[in-house]
Amino acid sequence: MSVPIILDFTLCQGEFTLELRERFEAQIVVLFGPSGAGKTSVLESIAGLRTPRRGVIQIGASTLFDSESNVDLSPNRRRVGYVPQDLVLFPHLNVRRNILYGVDSSVGQNIDPVVRLLELGNVLDRDIRALSGGELQRVALARALMMSPAVLLLDEPLTALDTDLRSRILPYLDRIRDELGTPMVYVSHDASEVRAVADWVIVLEAGCAVQSGPVDIVTVAESPIH
Amino acid sequence: MNDTLQVASFTVAMAGLAILVVLPPGVAVAWMLARWRFPGRVVLETLVSLPLVLPPVATGLILITLLGRRGPLGSLLAQLGVEVLFTWLAVVVAMAVMALPLLVRSARAGFEQVDRRYEQIAATLGAGSVRVFFTISLPLARRAVMSGALLGFSRALGEFGATIMVAGALPSTRTIAVAIYTYTETGQQAAAMLLLVVSATIAFGALLLSNRLTTT
Repeated sequence: MSVPIILDFTLCQGEFTLELRERFEAQIVVLFGPSGAGKTSVLESIAGLRTPRRGVIQIGASTLFDSESNVDLSPNRRRVGYVPQDLVLFPHLNVRRNILYGVDSSVGQNIDPVVRLLELGNVLDRDIRALSGGELQRVALARALMMSPAVLLLDEPLTALDTDLRSRILPYLDRIRDELGTPMVYVSHDASEVRAVADWVIVLEAGCAVQSGPVDIVTVAESPIH
Repeated sequence: MNDTLQVASFTVAMAGLAILVVLPPGVAVAWMLARWRFPGRVVLETLVSLPLVLPPVATGLILITLLGRRGPLGSLLAQLGVEVLFTWLAVVVAMAVMALPLLVRSARAGFEQVDRRYEQIAATLGAGSVRVFFTISLPLARRAVMSGALLGFSRALGEFGATIMVAGALPSTRTIAVAIYTYTETGQQAAAMLLLVVSATIAFGALLLSNRLTTT
């Protein structure tokens, strides 16, 4: 299910400036481009970990940042499920407690559907350090999903995985899209991955969107400079 | 022998109590110094470290000035009927002040080593700053905090200068260090040596544990 998305902001970090003027409707947006293009900065701006100088960030009905109205929701009030490239699973918590970290204990939430969806039933009580790469990736996804996010932010979720693991994790992303309907902003610099998951693509280079549009219209180069 | 045991157990109890008293503010200050940038940060850092370099008797004199009946804190406490100087409370206060810098230094280093990314991701998962502190920052820095508490405990066990200034050498306030001094002055060498062995054994154990916490 597509949602209206506004990524119209300017972020300045030292000498690097990120400028986006994007307004569109989509369910899975892929930010595509070489390393240093500003893809992760876009995700961290949406998550509230970086503060733009000006502009608007809106996902669906939620305005996360609007400089003119002085709206700047703190990260804990944005309801974004952010899965960074290095996952950042909490090393002192086991798998179950990692997955449940974002759940409001006063409301509670059934862990079973997400655990089933991502096939994590056998590792719930394991130490994080005892998991394989693919399992870690799925735990990070499950942790983000359990907080019932308004949007999932995925930073190169398949890059560190071998071809076999990639082909096993891609279907999970399809299921999240189809069964949960959660919109996603997905960072990638792999053209085949973009074509497999995206319905909207923004091609970034040196902090600017050089192309954007539906995946079947935008030209995605096979090998951006990493 | 009974006297030795009584002095040793009193000292351990007072040092333990001093660490319990100083732990919450010490951890809070350590976290502030590690994570916040605010005006006066360097002044706070210097103030906390001051007992490390001041002569302990000078620290004792400051405490007497503050806690005496005419002192700013002492007069308030006197109105509540609380007498601090030359009571066991004075022993706890002196030990706590002397232990604070060691606790703060160790805990601060521990907080600085916690990758901020864990705290940031916890925030994106809906955790407010208090929850992030208690569920992420503190557990990940716990070894350094415990190590600092043990270092402070060891320092408190051996505290002499500030303690004798604010609590004297009364039978009801005598710590191991004060008793060793008194026994030596009065020619009771055997009793002094016995306390020395007890003191060294407890301090060695606490320091060993502290070092194990930071090296494993």
